[in-house]
Amino acid sequence: MNWDITIGLEVHVQLMTQSKLFSAAATTFGSAPNEQTSFVDAGLPGVLPVLNAEVVTMAIKFGLAINAQINRQSIFERKHYFYPDLPKGYQISQFQQPIVEHGFVDVCIDDGSLKQVAIVRAHLEEDAGKSLHEQQPQYTGIDLNRSGNPLLEIVTAPCLTSSEEAVAYLKTLHQLVRFLKICDGNMQEGSFRCDVNFSVKPKGSSQLGTRTEIKNLNSFKFIEQAIAYEYERHTELLELGQKIIQETRLYNPDTQCTYVMREKEDAQDYRYAPDPDLLPLDISEEQIQAVSELMPTLPAQIKQELATLSEITDEDIRFILSTPCTYDYFRKASHYSQSDAKQILNWLKGYVSSLLNEAQLTFAELPIKAPAFATVMNKLHEKSLSQNQAKIVLQKLWQGIPTVDEIIEQEGFNQKTDLDALTGLIKQTIAEFPEQHQEFLAGKDKLLSFFIGQVMKKTRGQGNPEEVLSLLNRMLRK
Amino acid sequence: MIDQSLLELSKQLHLKQISSVELTQYCLQQMQAHQHLNAFISIDEEGALKEAQKADVLLQRSQGSLLTGIPMVVKDNLCTLNMPTTCASKMLADYHSPIEATAVSRLKALGAFTIAKTNLDEFAMGSTTENSFFGPTKNPWDVTLVPGGSSGGSAAAVAARLAPFALGSDTGGSIRQPAAFCGISGIKPTYGLVSRWGLVAYASSLDQAGPIAKSAEDLAVLLQGMIGFDSKDSTSVHGKTVDYLMELTKPLQGYKVGLPTSFFQKGLDKDIQVAVVKACDAFKQLGMEIVEVDLSLYPLWVPTYYVIACAEASSNLSRYDGIRYGHRSKHQQTLKELITHSRSEGFGKEVQRRILTGTHVLSSGYYDAYYLQALKIRKLIQDELLQVLEQVDVIIGPTTATIATALGQEQNNPVASYLQDVYTVAANLAGLPALSIPTGFKDGLPIGLQLMGRHFQDALLLAMAHQYQNLTNWHQISPMPTGDL
Repeated sequence: MNWDITIGLEVHVQLMTQSKLFSAAATTFGSAPNEQTSFVDAGLPGVLPVLNAEVVTMAIKFGLAINAQINRQSIFERKHYFYPDLPKGYQISQFQQPIVEHGFVDVCIDDGSLKQVAIVRAHLEEDAGKSLHEQQPQYTGIDLNRSGNPLLEIVTAPCLTSSEEAVAYLKTLHQLVRFLKICDGNMQEGSFRCDVNFSVKPKGSSQLGTRTEIKNLNSFKFIEQAIAYEYERHTELLELGQKIIQETRLYNPDTQCTYVMREKEDAQDYRYAPDPDLLPLDISEEQIQAVSELMPTLPAQIKQELATLSEITDEDIRFILSTPCTYDYFRKASHYSQSDAKQILNWLKGYVSSLLNEAQLTFAELPIKAPAFATVMNKLHEKSLSQNQAKIVLQKLWQGIPTVDEIIEQEGFNQKTDLDALTGLIKQTIAEFPEQHQEFLAGKDKLLSFFIGQVMKKTRGQGNPEEVLSLLNRMLRK
Repeated sequence: MIDQSLLELSKQLHLKQISSVELTQYCLQQMQAHQHLNAFISIDEEGALKEAQKADVLLQRSQGSLLTGIPMVVKDNLCTLNMPTTCASKMLADYHSPIEATAVSRLKALGAFTIAKTNLDEFAMGSTTENSFFGPTKNPWDVTLVPGGSSGGSAAAVAARLAPFALGSDTGGSIRQPAAFCGISGIKPTYGLVSRWGLVAYASSLDQAGPIAKSAEDLAVLLQGMIGFDSKDSTSVHGKTVDYLMELTKPLQGYKVGLPTSFFQKGLDKDIQVAVVKACDAFKQLGMEIVEVDLSLYPLWVPTYYVIACAEASSNLSRYDGIRYGHRSKHQQTLKELITHSRSEGFGKEVQRRILTGTHVLSSGYYDAYYLQALKIRKLIQDELLQVLEQVDVIIGPTTATIATALGQEQNNPVASYLQDVYTVAANLAGLPALSIPTGFKDGLPIGLQLMGRHFQDALLLAMAHQYQNLTNWHQISPMPTGDL
């Protein structure tokens, strides 16, 4: 039996604001339990929510980036259920009138084709706290630091037909929200969480099969594996004539299996109702206009621009777009530099990346300022610095010496090659090795590098290799 | 000692004719002597005297503000830092709030200080103060009767002259109705004027905190101090700058007063009807015109109110699950039992009734027929009131259909109790300001007169009430013999 796969994805993106959706508490990850929990987050008697304006700006940015309709009025609703990590007994979310609707992203699938993925809606909602079951033997700890964090829930139509498409979409979305600077994309910390809605149907059938939901997948690899497992599970059951139970499941990366999350119970009635503590969210044309003027260049457009640069490969583009900071740095460096993009890229991908990797830092934390880096590139380009010298300058910049000129001064890199001295050294060297000289003249060309090595030793590595080469060549053959 | 108005009291304190300590001690003694009224849940004697001493220091140095040295009592659903905030519920019997209600903070900023928390119907749900975990409050006029609710403790305290003024809250009449039953004055401000931060939510779109005192002038002083935009409350409004005190004496000639014909219906006590008509004569004397108006949607007021109030209550009370604060059951084996047992043990019968009703009207399959329908009718009710308030400036009527009822009478018939709210709920549904002032007696028990106006016309209502109180002396009659000290 041949089966078609249908996948719809819900991604919860934590917005990169300073404070929470409805309270002033901080959103940073990793604090001690309940250290970042305000009275509002704890749902104490008498507290009230106040909307963080920054989240609205971020939601509008997202809506503009996916060509969506931005609703001029949207409503906050209460979604009711009881759980210890949901302090108010309801989550403030958006149900009937979300802030963003009917958008799309163009996704490049592995085979090179382009798929337009429909994004049905994106709405604002607050996150719940965390239940920590492992800390104490007889108790579950409730940490409300995450309670109230601002989330944008992004929902696709069930239009994805394979795990390749699903992962390609997620990677595109992940890159987009980072480049929009609305989410840090840190999946380990839970900033980007995916729920997969999965079903199969007989090939060619127009009726969708019963779906299962796999929640809280936080790595692309796990998503691929979970989808693969669900495919097997669904098709096996159906081929045995059994039914798929509509349920919520979790993925266990150790066993590489999904398992049921909740006991079978009646479908939850969330009793959605408009939140009377919050006014309807009105968005004006002026507001949208203002946000559109702040829009950063998006990955799709960056790709187009870069593709016009000669010698830049797809791999180069992937490197540049790997994080927004990498792109920012590359852009600034290019702006200040007269050398070509390829040279800049090679140094960033190569030497600079190795420095970062060793120090376990990212381009966001690179201690070398882009203008300084650009200066080094320029000097390389005009050959006033050798490759080795450039590396030393970069190291010194990393250590905190502020300007390139200072370093060049300190290291003596600016000494114009004393041609007479060099000529003298070369004469000396040739005189020291008469046998090799004869062999070279007889045709053993590779002895040139031997002589270069000897000369460089004498110059203590300071000689300009190109100059040494040309001079040696002339003088050897004289 | 506290028969005087707040302005007089303030003057005496500033002129050092009396001290805050004397005044506070007097209140504490009175409260002690009238324990049988059960008007208070918590009394902070030690703290009260400390505050009074601090106030006296300021007054000595002539550094006091308007309310410096004046003790206040606060309904126990308004959060305070110095005493528990119980909402008269077992659920919060030991709850100490880390936040303070803005309404309280604003009056503290003017120098007042809280000496006690007053009794109420649990979570403000009720009209008799019998739904309190701490027992009912008695009406000072007749201790076999209810003081009204849900701000019964506050009203009784002011009527019995135990404190110079009190704070209450009003969701469907909970300031005005006890004010009527106890023969004193109380105002529910325009929705949004007084911040709800720290007012434990019952029905968010209906709740407002407000002052309860002996006269409209006192209400004006207090309201002035309490109002104003609060960034912590998204439903709070930037009002225009008003001076309620100055506006009290504005000429009322030419203003129109609407008397709805539908108000004089079968359930209304005849003597109350007569009193309201007589009050209209007084307003005619002040140059106002009395006009008959029609409020045809009036029979829908109470059911609409109860659907909405119960729905919002069921939502707002979801947070009481025994997990972070409040009562936690000792009899539970599973998470579900932890939550359900804590709630079943912690909440009284009326609160449970309203939560169940509210949950039902929000449930899938019933939402459209009940809650959505009620929201639509609410809009129509508001539209009708606003239309009438284009023809007239104020709507007058009785605050309640009867005088104070007997304790225990309404316990077995909650729906009958709900119907008591018929005159008061409209103001909450439409967000309009409304107040109640005394207007006569029946069988020795007070009758309340209600005035309701357009949004942000609180000043006009206070002016009418004040000038009425210049022509009459109902508001000066108290159940207590005066001049104790």
